[in-house]
Amino acid sequence: MSELQDKIKDVIENEPVALFMKGTPQFVMCGNSDRALRALREAGAPVTAVDILPDPAIRAELSELSGWPTIPQVFVKGELVGGADITEELGESGELAAMLEERLGADYRDGAEEHVVDVLSGARA
Amino acid sequence: MAAVVADRIETLLRSAFPDAGELRVEDRTGGGDHFQVTVASPRFDGLSLLDQHRLVNEALAEPLRDGTIHELRIKTRGTAT
Repeated sequence: MSELQDKIKDVIENEPVALFMKGTPQFVMCGNSDRALRALREAGAPVTAVDILPDPAIRAELSELSGWPTIPQVFVKGELVGGADITEELGESGELAAMLEERLGADYRDGAEEHVVDVLSGARA
Repeated sequence: MAAVVADRIETLLRSAFPDAGELRVEDRTGGGDHFQVTVASPRFDGLSLLDQHRLVNEALAEPLRDGTIHELRIKTRGTAT
């Protein structure tokens, strides 16, 4: 496994909610990434975002790990939830909040902060 | 050109879901690379949303991989009531 794939895996496995997106929460570069981010925010999720745009290898390695071809990709507690359509649909039906509560605990909204991880350098902000 | 891609997507979906009750491919921007597909099929019955979308992604693996489809929105449902 490449070093980059290790770092991606580390984010998926160790961040409560990981969002692989085009751009960052502060500067979203794609409508679908925006839809997924909005659904997660509405559910009060503690989002850790990874921008896949700086290097095409990020997307390639991510899709190899997840078996999911498109961006964005949302993971909760290491498990793939889906892309923008699924995240939005689960958000609207209330299932997203229920899943977050089940996997992260009933108080998951408390102090939920957004983070950004750079998988190329390993920096976390 | 745009219609050709939509036809290709529809053909791929029809062969993956021959028993689909509803199957629609919409070119969202008219540019032939942003698509919304809607599929209702008994194959989705009992599957999670994730697995339903996986089947659609698998059916469209080639145009997704070669970049023909730049953006794909998926709406699936089973036929069980």
